[in-house]
Amino acid sequence: MSREQAFRPRVLVVDDDPALAEMLTLVLGTEGFDASVVARGDLALAAFHDYRPNVVLLDLMLPGKDGIAVCREIRAESGTPIVMLTARTDTIDVVTGLESGADDYIVKPFKPKELVARIRARLRTSTPPAEEQLHIGDLVVDVVGHSVTRDGEQIALTPLEFDLLVCLARRPRQVFSREVLLQQVWGYRHAADTRLVNVHVQRLRAKIEHDPENPRIVVTVRGVGYKAGPVPGAAGSGASEEPGTGP
Amino acid sequence: MNHRLRRVLRAVSPGQLVRTWRASLRTRVVVSIVVLSTIVIGGVGLLVIRQISDGLVHARVNSAVAEASGETLSAQKSLGSSGGYAVDPETQLSQLAANLVSRGQNRGYEVLVGPADPGTDSDSQVSLTTSGLDPTTVPARLRKAVSATTPGIAITPRWTYTNVRYLSHRFGTEVSGVVVATTVVLPTDGGTYAVYYVFPMRDELRTLQLLRRVLLTSGLILVAMLAGVTLLVIRQVITPVRLARRVAERIAAGRLEERMHVDGEDDIARLAVSFNQMADALQQRIRQLIELSRVQRRFVSDVSHELRTPLTTVRMASDVLHDARKDFDPVTARAAELLQNELDRFEELLGDLLEISRFDAGAAALEIRDTDLVELCGHVVDSAGPLAAQRGVHVGVIADVPVVAAVDPRRVSRIVRNLVTNAIDHAGAPGSVVTVTLGADDEGVAVAVRDHGIGLEPGQQSMVFNRFWRADPARARTSGGTGLGLAIALEDARLHGGWLEAWGAPAQGACFRLTLPRRAGDPITHSPLPLGPEGSPLEGAS
Repeated sequence: MSREQAFRPRVLVVDDDPALAEMLTLVLGTEGFDASVVARGDLALAAFHDYRPNVVLLDLMLPGKDGIAVCREIRAESGTPIVMLTARTDTIDVVTGLESGADDYIVKPFKPKELVARIRARLRTSTPPAEEQLHIGDLVVDVVGHSVTRDGEQIALTPLEFDLLVCLARRPRQVFSREVLLQQVWGYRHAADTRLVNVHVQRLRAKIEHDPENPRIVVTVRGVGYKAGPVPGAAGSGASEEPGTGP
Repeated sequence: MNHRLRRVLRAVSPGQLVRTWRASLRTRVVVSIVVLSTIVIGGVGLLVIRQISDGLVHARVNSAVAEASGETLSAQKSLGSSGGYAVDPETQLSQLAANLVSRGQNRGYEVLVGPADPGTDSDSQVSLTTSGLDPTTVPARLRKAVSATTPGIAITPRWTYTNVRYLSHRFGTEVSGVVVATTVVLPTDGGTYAVYYVFPMRDELRTLQLLRRVLLTSGLILVAMLAGVTLLVIRQVITPVRLARRVAERIAAGRLEERMHVDGEDDIARLAVSFNQMADALQQRIRQLIELSRVQRRFVSDVSHELRTPLTTVRMASDVLHDARKDFDPVTARAAELLQNELDRFEELLGDLLEISRFDAGAAALEIRDTDLVELCGHVVDSAGPLAAQRGVHVGVIADVPVVAAVDPRRVSRIVRNLVTNAIDHAGAPGSVVTVTLGADDEGVAVAVRDHGIGLEPGQQSMVFNRFWRADPARARTSGGTGLGLAIALEDARLHGGWLEAWGAPAQGACFRLTLPRRAGDPITHSPLPLGPEGSPLEGAS
């Protein structure tokens, strides 16, 4: 208890429903988070700057400015995890939300425990500190320094995208199914929406691939999932290369 | 060469002809016009030819008879006037004949003179003819008729048609003609001699031939012109019809803004106007429906959002209360528990309702992936494990073949989950068996879920898919299903272009069979699995 009080993660709740916002504050408070509420979309970015949250909970329908636009603004300047609160499960709504930069989404009505689990998953430092430096494609991934470079040039990734890349780079020969990636990167314990994976792989490719239409670094294995592309010139990697377990 | 021949043969094969006949209005009309006008023109032509030839022949016969009578009369007179000369009959006869022949050559007839009664030695006597004429030109009938008349009296001329024959080929061997018979009495011996005038109808035949040629030629030209005119007229009618067809096809293909070009005020133009009005009405109606569907979808989405936000708050509040229920007095604690349970049901019902209204609005879309249905069914059965254990029902999966199909795994999973939960619910006494059987063939895949519980009454097979339908309204609700599960499952199956069917018999249990095409949307004609009591190899294990 004392350790949690030492570090109480800050959650910015952007929701226009006062009852839900209050309820979220209560629940998050009992779970060991600090929460601050913004009720309008156009005030969200200012609150983000003031509050410096560790996680943003973002409703999609907001007065002032809609959640998608808020999400883009925050993502434009920060990799802070964003979890969307959505009442809509239609593909177009979910995918639009994810493409605007959200890391995860949770569908209303949700159970408090589920929400807390998602927030914790986004907060956990997914990569255990090690001496690791990984190679994937022509990229160098510094796990400790949380940075990705190509020819010494830094590529900015959100923490989630970084985790996704590291997960693939650790086991270059393994084909990861979408379900396994959901488990390892997002921390889902049971089957969830694989659209999350598709959208984030696309976002990741847009940042790291030379030609996102024709990906070489994060390769699709039809009908199975994704795997890391080959390292050009067999640049010796310090990564633990395990025998491929793909089909 | 061979190819071309075969193509031509194929083009004129009966099947192809029938197809052209049926497909082309133009061909049909033109061919009909040509055939009918040929018949009519041919008939009229024949009638005209017949009448003209009759008239010609008739006139010829009249003139021939008149001419023959006149000649004979004058010949008789000249014989009578020269009666004083003592000339022997043969000379007199040959003189007479020569006289007649020379006149005939000028006037265009042949002459044949002989005894009226040829008797037995006819050959020797009938020799006085126009040179080259075959004596058989005069039919035996006519000779007989002449010989039968009273000798010595000049008879009224008799005539008949004949074929004029020549001994030489100078004029052709045969030509139709008229032969007129008269008699003269030689004063020298008082014998009666027959004089036959043969009138070949060469001119008339020539006229007729010319006429026939003219009629045939003009008939052909007329038919060809009729065909041409018909073609032109038909073109005028057909072209707008074909244009209308093309526009209709484009509209059917979704280009609702396509319209026909209106030109003039004739029937075709009115057709175009009506057609365009119809297209306008259709377009407007479709726009209305699209708008309605959009509004409906929007409404569903909004309702979803509006209902879900307060429900989330209630849900969280209930969770807080539920977690703290051990601190409450028993009544409040139980109330918190009830609140929690009913909220689960409420949420489920809301979810199902929104799903159904999404189907109704046509907003449901498939997300297709190659899916291993054996694995999928395994997951569903695993997740239904707790419920099955609670009921004491054993659930088994039977799959002898790999079952892979391009389907929406979320929806198929929901269908199978619904069927399995439903089967466990209705499996009856503990210890009962529920079997999930998978099958596949070239066309489709199937999942059959068989239970051995109370089964279905006759007529209930189709009702089970009705919304909020319950087998027995008086029966206590057991698993707390929403009553929409099978209705949603049916919609999900239909969305794939598949089937969901039920079989059941009282006390024998029920079987629900899901059949899906290998690729969602492809047609299916049969299911790889049977539907019915034999649908489960574990029959009797219950």
